[in-house]
Amino acid sequence: MTDALLGVVIALPVIASVVPLVASFWREEIGWYVAVVALVLNAVLIGSVVRSFVSGGILSHEVGGVAVPYGIELALDGLSAPVLVVIAVVSVGTLAYTRTAGPRSNSFYSGYLLLTAGLVGVTVTADVFNLYVFIEITGLGAYALIASGGDGRSAYAALKYLLVGTVGASLYLIGIAYAFVATGTLNMADLSARLADVGYGDTIVLASFAFIIAGLGVKVALFPLHTWQPDAYSASPYGVAGYVSALVSTVAAYALGRVILTVYTPGFLTANPVVSSGLIYFGALSIVAGSVLAVLQTDVRRLLAYSSVSQFGLIVAGFGIGNTASVFGSVVHLFGHAVMKGALFLTAGIIAYRFGVTRLDEYAGVARRVPYAGAAFAVLALSLVGVPPAIGFVGKWYVALGAVRAGETAVAVVIFASTLLTLMYVARLLDRMYYGEATEAVADGGGGTRVTRGMVALVVLASVAVVALGPSASAVQETLALGEVLGG
Amino acid sequence: MTGIGLFAGHQYQIAFVLLVGVGLYTMIDAKNLVKKVIGLNIFQVGLFLFLVSSGYLAGAGPAIIDGEGRYVNPLPHVLILTAIVVGVSLTALALALIIRVYDEYGTLDEEHIQEVMDGD
Repeated sequence: MTDALLGVVIALPVIASVVPLVASFWREEIGWYVAVVALVLNAVLIGSVVRSFVSGGILSHEVGGVAVPYGIELALDGLSAPVLVVIAVVSVGTLAYTRTAGPRSNSFYSGYLLLTAGLVGVTVTADVFNLYVFIEITGLGAYALIASGGDGRSAYAALKYLLVGTVGASLYLIGIAYAFVATGTLNMADLSARLADVGYGDTIVLASFAFIIAGLGVKVALFPLHTWQPDAYSASPYGVAGYVSALVSTVAAYALGRVILTVYTPGFLTANPVVSSGLIYFGALSIVAGSVLAVLQTDVRRLLAYSSVSQFGLIVAGFGIGNTASVFGSVVHLFGHAVMKGALFLTAGIIAYRFGVTRLDEYAGVARRVPYAGAAFAVLALSLVGVPPAIGFVGKWYVALGAVRAGETAVAVVIFASTLLTLMYVARLLDRMYYGEATEAVADGGGGTRVTRGMVALVVLASVAVVALGPSASAVQETLALGEVLGG
Repeated sequence: MTGIGLFAGHQYQIAFVLLVGVGLYTMIDAKNLVKKVIGLNIFQVGLFLFLVSSGYLAGAGPAIIDGEGRYVNPLPHVLILTAIVVGVSLTALALALIIRVYDEYGTLDEEHIQEVMDGD
């Protein structure tokens, strides 16, 4: 089926991103309204394309009517549909938060809309070079947003992220260039067929794969390529940290999965067992290292950032195993992690705005003072650990199931061990939040005025969603038809 | 048939490796933030050279098709135009961030900035 709306959902936020900047000539602080109108409309359009995918199968659209493989193709299938949905939901949800929490400048919302356009673009494109362009647009948006904290620390963190992120994207481009030299094409489906013709054991094909994995690994922030991430998350405003942590690494991990599964295909992994194990253990290393580093943190935002390193290790390992169960687990976890991590950052923001506390030891007694936000934090954090029936459990379960089916029992053991480590830092934090002796800042109720009921309602809603979505997640497995994506 | 890239002279590939190496080394070794950005630019230019040279065909003309003749592959050129635009935007943003860092810390030396930040 063809659907021109696939192009519209990218174009709409791009065009809208110009409006706040132009409007700055007449009015300040109008960007939020523009962003709300554009992104709610975009969410409706995304809902409509996802609906036609669910009823009619894989969608595709040739941009400008130029025939594939020469033109650029946009597509939507079972791998990208959940990511597109989570982008629509989180981009609108975070706006509800930044209304009061800020930043409120027009230029901030221009960046926000541009970032959203990049995220949607990465998700729907079916052309490897177009993917590079959208990854860079996402990057530009993310660097600008992280620097919106206004102090030197956030500018420095954004600059560090920019330098490392650009090298990552460029490594990806080198990989693309090698694949292009080997095959002469850039369309994903066409490239996939021609790479098979060249031969999966060919040096240039292997080299291109290695560059792509290294490049996207930087963007996903896999250990040891994660060093930009904790600084970027902890130096940016909470609304930004929530949005960036929820979606930027998520679409990078999606892009990694897309390239592994539909460009190089599971057949490539089977033909090169060394590459496939390398990929799985790259993921497993990240799972362990991320958890261990998270346990060592004293700042809540850095703890959450390192926990992302671990969770994305799980997702990449799932893609690397490459069977239907593990890929489904990765997709569910992409979705679940985005909601959980985004909402956790936003809740940490509520606590920080109210009490001015950011360190673990200062969190003592917080949950007794802000019961709703505290409970939301607890539910989200436990979902992150993987307590059933929350969605965090479902993703882990399917990746572990896929690992066992593929005979990679070691990965299942690593997942279990990292769950225990996650439980360790989460339980320690929750214990302190509920039973710790409140410090002075917390005991006197805090002086923050930037917390509204809407912000608290948003994170409570997210925490209800992660629990409610858990049991229903397995039901969508058939709709996504991932077997079709994997070429099986 | 292993692709059009093999037709290109190896001098481009050698220049590619050198430029990418020099760029990355500068980014890692230089303490000055502006020099890091310069390193990034050298790194990217090396990459652009590689892609452009992959479309080169000895003795061929530009791809303005008028009847018979050998033409270079125009696709890499289009890609690189896009990649250059991306690179310029990134450089502009990086320099804007550097100005803010300099305003805040009064230095562009990575180690000094780190010292000031740790002292906070």
